[in-house]
Amino acid sequence: MKVILRNPRREVELAGGRRVKDVLRELDIIPETVLVIRGDDLVTADQVVQDHETIELRPVMSGGAV
Amino acid sequence: MKCRKCGEPAILELRRHNAAFCAPDFVDFFRNQVREAIRKHRMFARDEHVLVAVSGGKDSLALWDVLIDEGYRTTGLYLDLGIFDYSVESKAKCEAFAARRGVPLLVTRVAEAVGAPVPVIKNVTRRPPCSGCGLSKRYLMNRVALEHEMAVVATGHNLDDEAATLLGSVLHWQTDALSRQSPALPSTHRKLVRRVKPLYRLSERETAAYAFLRRIDYIVEECPFAKGATSIAHKEILSRMEDASPGAKHNFLFGFLEKARPAFERAEAVTLNECARCGQVTTGTVCAFCKLADQVKRATV
Ligand code: SF4
Ligand SMILES: [Zn+2]
Ligand SMILES: [Zn+2]
Repeated sequence: MKVILRNPRREVELAGGRRVKDVLRELDIIPETVLVIRGDDLVTADQVVQDHETIELRPVMSGGAV
Repeated sequence: MKCRKCGEPAILELRRHNAAFCAPDFVDFFRNQVREAIRKHRMFARDEHVLVAVSGGKDSLALWDVLIDEGYRTTGLYLDLGIFDYSVESKAKCEAFAARRGVPLLVTRVAEAVGAPVPVIKNVTRRPPCSGCGLSKRYLMNRVALEHEMAVVATGHNLDDEAATLLGSVLHWQTDALSRQSPALPSTHRKLVRRVKPLYRLSERETAAYAFLRRIDYIVEECPFAKGATSIAHKEILSRMEDASPGAKHNFLFGFLEKARPAFERAEAVTLNECARCGQVTTGTVCAFCKLADQVKRATV
């Protein structure tokens, strides 16, 4: 599967047929810190991503002072 | 995973609420949280004109979106910080949003108000960029609201922002900052407008999900200066705690607001004066913004 990461934008290729949860663990990403996007939808951590699919892991953190 | 409300497949799990939602029920949940914040802290009345400070990011545009749909009369305020491509793009996002929703947007340039954009202010003051930037933003929001006779400014601060600020203040026991941290700061002077944070009950993952589901086109890239900000380090620590124990951030912030904050309320009120230069409120003679503008002027002529 293709995984798109942001800030900076990059792509990694991982073996498919796995749950989102396991993908996040492999990439050492805390689930709370990203939205998992597949096409026009959000997906929960228990969903399985197939080999031909693409997901985007979009960080939700924003920052600086106000 | 199934939606807690309707049993359809869920698109987002909220571990701290021990719940998952489908898209329509999540959007409802989100709007309810904003309504609850406004009601609980009497942030503004039905007929009040609200100035919404927008940065082009997910939080402030999500806030504006909810307030418009709730039927409030709003005007957006975009502060152009002059931070390279980031400012160009974030301004374009705000303008596109305002045009799409048919709502007014004001634009104020920091470079004009202070005398130089944020990157130059940073070099002149030799302070972290967020310091001069934050000062200018707070000052200009208030000034623009007064100029347009609006009694309240709403910002897109979320639960994570507030928890990170709280952690920073606690780590240094900044009792002044602790006494001022609140979802709603009342006006304490005729030249100070009310400041409210209607998203304080929602995490930034929730605001990001709302913005995504509502197809709001926001800027995902961060301000290039955000990387080194201490608030980001604090957010990372809090995310790890949240991961280990869902609800930790919520309990930290809400526990403070309900139980600890009253203990920090200042015993004696500070005297507020009007700045000799610009007439805005300050505790001294000349306000911090005017001093900053002076410093910038001296260094750049
Ligand atoms: S990260 Fe800092 S410099 Fe950038 S916009 Fe936020 S406060 Fe300003
Ligand atoms: Zn549902
Ligand atoms: Zn002044």
